[in-house]
Amino acid sequence: MLRLPTFSYHRPKSAALAVQLKQQHGREAMFVAGGTDLYPNMKRRQQTPTQVISLQDVPELHQLEVLPDGRLQIGAMVTLSTLEHYPTLKLHYPGLQHAIREISTPLLRNMGTLGGNLLLDTRCTYYDQTHEWRESIDFCMKSKAESICWVAPGSPRCWAVQSSDSVPVVCAMEAEVELAGADGTRTLTADALYNDDGIQYLTKKPEELLTRITLPASGGWKASYLKLRRRDTYDFPVLGVGACLWFDGDGVVTKANIRLGGAGSYAIPATQSEQLLVGSKLTDELIAAAGTAAMKPARTMDNTDLDVYWRKKVAPVFVARAIAACK
Amino acid sequence: MTQPNKVLATFQVNGEPHEVAFLPHKTLLEVLREEMDLTGTKHGCELGECGTCTVQIDGTPVLSCLVLAVDAVGKDVQTVEGLAQGAELNPLQHCMADLGAAQCGYCTPGVLMAADALLRDNPKPTRDEIKEALAGNLCRCTGYIKIFEAVELAAARMRGEDAQPSKESIYGS
Amino acid sequence: MVLDDPKSAPATREDAPWQHDKKKEDLKHIGKPIRKVDARSKVAGLTRFADDLRLPRMLHMKLLRSTMAHAEIVSIDTSKAAALPGVKGILTGKDMPTPFGILPVSQDEHALCPDKVRFVGDPVVAIAATEEETAWDACRLVDVQYRELQTVGSVHEAAGTNDPRLHDYGVRGNIHRLENLEFGDLADGFNRAEHIREDTFWFEGNTHLPMEQHATLAHFDRDGKLTVWSSTQTPHYLHRALARVLAPLPAHKIRVIAVQNGGGFGGKSDPFNHEICAAKMSMLTGRPVKIALTREEVFWCHRGRHPVLMRSKIGVTKTGRITALDFHSFLDGGAYGSYGTASTFYTGALQTVTYAVENYHFRGARFFTNKAPCGPKRGHGTPQPRFALEVQLDKIACDLGLDPAQMRLDNLAPRDSLTANFLRIGSMGLGACIEKVVEGSGWKERRGKREVTKDGRIRGLGLACSSYLSGAGLPIYWNGLPHSGVQLQLDRSGLVTAFCGSTDIGQGSDSILGWIIGEVLGIDPLGIKVVTADTDLTPVDLGSYSSRVTVMTGNAAMQAAERARDLLAKGVAKKLEVPASRLVFADERVFDAEDPQKGMSFQDAVICTEAQFGTIGTVGSYTPPKSAAKFRGGGVGPSPSYSYSAAVVEVEVDPETGIYRVPKVWMAHDIGRALNAAVAMGQIEGSIYMGLGEAMMEEMAYRDRSHKGKRVFVHKIPSLLEYKSPSACEMPECVTYVIEDPDKNGPFGAKEVGQGPLLPMMPAVANAIFDAVGVRVDENPVSFEKVFAALQAQKAGKEARFGPANDDTGVPVVDFGEPLQIKTPWQGGDGTAHNDPHRTKKAAK
Repeated sequence: MLRLPTFSYHRPKSAALAVQLKQQHGREAMFVAGGTDLYPNMKRRQQTPTQVISLQDVPELHQLEVLPDGRLQIGAMVTLSTLEHYPTLKLHYPGLQHAIREISTPLLRNMGTLGGNLLLDTRCTYYDQTHEWRESIDFCMKSKAESICWVAPGSPRCWAVQSSDSVPVVCAMEAEVELAGADGTRTLTADALYNDDGIQYLTKKPEELLTRITLPASGGWKASYLKLRRRDTYDFPVLGVGACLWFDGDGVVTKANIRLGGAGSYAIPATQSEQLLVGSKLTDELIAAAGTAAMKPARTMDNTDLDVYWRKKVAPVFVARAIAACK
Repeated sequence: MTQPNKVLATFQVNGEPHEVAFLPHKTLLEVLREEMDLTGTKHGCELGECGTCTVQIDGTPVLSCLVLAVDAVGKDVQTVEGLAQGAELNPLQHCMADLGAAQCGYCTPGVLMAADALLRDNPKPTRDEIKEALAGNLCRCTGYIKIFEAVELAAARMRGEDAQPSKESIYGS
Repeated sequence: MVLDDPKSAPATREDAPWQHDKKKEDLKHIGKPIRKVDARSKVAGLTRFADDLRLPRMLHMKLLRSTMAHAEIVSIDTSKAAALPGVKGILTGKDMPTPFGILPVSQDEHALCPDKVRFVGDPVVAIAATEEETAWDACRLVDVQYRELQTVGSVHEAAGTNDPRLHDYGVRGNIHRLENLEFGDLADGFNRAEHIREDTFWFEGNTHLPMEQHATLAHFDRDGKLTVWSSTQTPHYLHRALARVLAPLPAHKIRVIAVQNGGGFGGKSDPFNHEICAAKMSMLTGRPVKIALTREEVFWCHRGRHPVLMRSKIGVTKTGRITALDFHSFLDGGAYGSYGTASTFYTGALQTVTYAVENYHFRGARFFTNKAPCGPKRGHGTPQPRFALEVQLDKIACDLGLDPAQMRLDNLAPRDSLTANFLRIGSMGLGACIEKVVEGSGWKERRGKREVTKDGRIRGLGLACSSYLSGAGLPIYWNGLPHSGVQLQLDRSGLVTAFCGSTDIGQGSDSILGWIIGEVLGIDPLGIKVVTADTDLTPVDLGSYSSRVTVMTGNAAMQAAERARDLLAKGVAKKLEVPASRLVFADERVFDAEDPQKGMSFQDAVICTEAQFGTIGTVGSYTPPKSAAKFRGGGVGPSPSYSYSAAVVEVEVDPETGIYRVPKVWMAHDIGRALNAAVAMGQIEGSIYMGLGEAMMEEMAYRDRSHKGKRVFVHKIPSLLEYKSPSACEMPECVTYVIEDPDKNGPFGAKEVGQGPLLPMMPAVANAIFDAVGVRVDENPVSFEKVFAALQAQKAGKEARFGPANDDTGVPVVDFGEPLQIKTPWQGGDGTAHNDPHRTKKAAK
């Protein structure tokens, strides 16, 4: 049986205490939300914190409320299945609700949290392996700094893949995230939380704690998510297109955000596609052209399931369909 | 580092208290199987990739391989051993047994725990809803069909209907 | 050749002793959906699998496995591991120097590698400790120094690499086996052909993926007796391997108990390193030792589907009748022999059992490569050539403008006949199978229509057929002993206990014993106690492989039960003063057929018989009929009977991406007779499922990367997440037809059901893709990417195909030598090769 390495376990009662514990133990400590990402990684010895700080007893992280201005505020510890069945999400944020339903399995969604999914470790088939397997390739740079990146051995960086289903759509929607740190809290756009790097994939400081996500008020825009994977359950996205379009009263696109998940180390903006859409009404031709324009930014690598060239080639189709779903 | 101390705690499993001492990094799966000898809960990957270790915590089906035992203390844990009502199997178990929905029987406890939770929330699930509820439980023997049929049959019987399996499901078309 | 001469039919005993012609309405239990004997324990979570077992003072063992694909072991330093508190025992290769292997011709494995590792995952050191974590930690403290050897990664590489050799036996270089068999006159067959096709196919390997990870508990007790509980499909073969490696410990001091298997599918039918190590470790430490493999280690055990490259040349008449078939297969065997010799033959043997092939030339080569060893997976060696043949026939039908279903019907091998390669066909329900799925699916009306779904996908239908054996005609090791034995004990309480070495892996073989004995003795099958798979207590049954148990154990059980019935009849006849021949056994009673009131309960029958003759026990055993094939290599393929399947698969293909789904499958299977309707249905549905997985997604993919002179060659995705296996969401609607064409060699006419219906799935999917979008994928799995690539080729005006190079460059150059030439039955052949010096010499002696 794969078992967890030994660690000490903490369940602080507030965000401040959690941050404090993390500061105190530094690199030895890790936060855990639902555990569905961290514990498998620990069993494979990808991460071996000696101090694990659970956030389950922090009450504010479990809040879920519609703010007076119509925005929806979701605590980082709200489980994916709670959100999946939350009527407000179904009604006003069907794109995100769909993305959440696409995460792994219903069993895992009963445990996993939105915060955990937003901070999901980047994935790579050279990395998400047992200690023994990784020994056979003498590890990779995400495991061991002095090793190479096996995906692109000449590369100075790690190419592990952004694999969260919620991230592309949350970024496209311009949701905001709140981080609690030693010096108080700060708010940033979801986009700003991520780095284009497989190892340092987050911009937040290690001790900063993701406390909540705020979705913009509904109206005037529509978001969608389209996922490519082998099976209709279990699998991480090998391409996850998050699209969000703002329309004026005549159906003209006034703003467009398209993010490609599973296609690089962060949710990559399909800038050219976005530019093509703005100022026009959605026609089949325009949608197809916007899809084609998304081929370029996709940086698929041979480190996920399914063939790398195919993933790149079908990206335009998925982008076009995600845009069409915003109609 | 020094070994952390064992935790001494009382679990409520299948409605009975179990007092157990265990290290804080132990999962519920390990403690159920190795400290309480409740080996009805199986394991197929220990990474949350198969659903074989599914148990219910406060009525919700979860993966016991990814739940720390210490986090289950004070909650209501249900395992396959607790499904039978006294000496009688529950209707779902009966239907699974009669239709041959358990072939090797290894994924069966996990399937039962997920399906049992479904039927509690949804007494009349459609085939698609059953598929969705069991989308996290891998089975390599049955092709799921006898499982789907058993859940449907059990649901009907639990609704008080005098349901029988279809001729096609037993003898073919 | 049709066997119209009754003398040439199997006649080792009386001609048809297994009640195959009994009318359905005269059967009380057989065919009914009785629940399995262990069904309730399983749903109650009470069934104990190997990892559920615990003994006092039990140690936990872990194996340190090779991190190199191919290397010599220079040194092993275990001193740091030995010093770790909690470590109780360490073994290395030198502790178990005797090699073993499932087949006598390939005893090429060691419990721990003594001098060389042959794939990433090959075990090198075993460590037992008080806690599993301690054993794992201790493994990390072992220092193994390797000297890397060149990696051999494929059949092409193996064919081109004479040095280094993985093994110092085999044909030459890294060729493990070469087979070359010619039946009939190929030149003549092709001369008479009006259409000839040559195609190259590739079938990637895949694995069983049982939900239970293999586990073993061993206990060497203070009386010097060893007991091994293991998740094995073949306790008898494990028993033999243990006796061999642990010698001088005699076999009679070794007891193997096959614990309930949490799925096998062929993956637990070799003796494994971890089983032998656990036993040895228990002998070393004097304590019970358990090892439970991780999921990754299950991938290292493997023994799954061989990757096979195939080149097939087929000649047909204008109407599609096969005149000649010239078939080459190139098997990537992985690092060890395993069942590979048999696998090689199986890639050729059964091509003749579905369709009449007049002239047949088979050449098969198996290579050693630095991968986890391949072996038998559900369908053992036959799904790959079946894929090739069924896709090729589809192409021929297309070339000739024929209906693929009708063309198959026109080619059917006749019932009660001998094939070109001397396989004896008995009952043959393939025609009925084809007709059923054709009718059910609306094949004639819907095929080729390319209906478009609401979401823009294009529908297609594909058809394919198959056949499989009901047990191998010969045992794994040469012997003249029965293949299955059953002992019955009849107790004064009325209890009947059946003892048999057969192993229930979930398919329901324990229940088969109950149903058959219950039918013969007229008692409730669920009241019969079944004790199986324990080498101390139960007579030998060779194991749960090759779909042999229903027929072989079933016949043995029937014989034992009939002997018990005869004995009871004698006892009761005396007591009631009626002739024994008039007694009826039914409804838990024994009574006079002419005066049903006159009789007694079954229990009283046992008591009165015991009073007359003493303690009651009977035995039964079964040996398959002698094979008609007498040529070298003719031992693989013969079977008491052959099952048949036909499938129509519906696909819906997204033409923009190549992504497709399978919404519906129609499957008909000729089972001879269903001993239990519901259980047979479960086997068919399970086969559809596993075949669908093989067709759509499952593959043993390898990472092959080089960096600065180091080549990394390791299984790409040894996990349940990344080795893709269909979930509940992918399972299509299934319309299943159980065709019953009773065979005289099976109990009540039964044939196999557990493997055959898997086979048509893969070619049917490939053929359906063609029907939908007009492209050919000549590779399995028929994955989305390949469909897309073929669609791209189609768009670009190139050949609308994805597959290996369809010419001589697609397969490796191998000198197969001269073929063994065997005259077909219709040429007057007698089953021997006329140019086999080896056999001729043997015969002369």
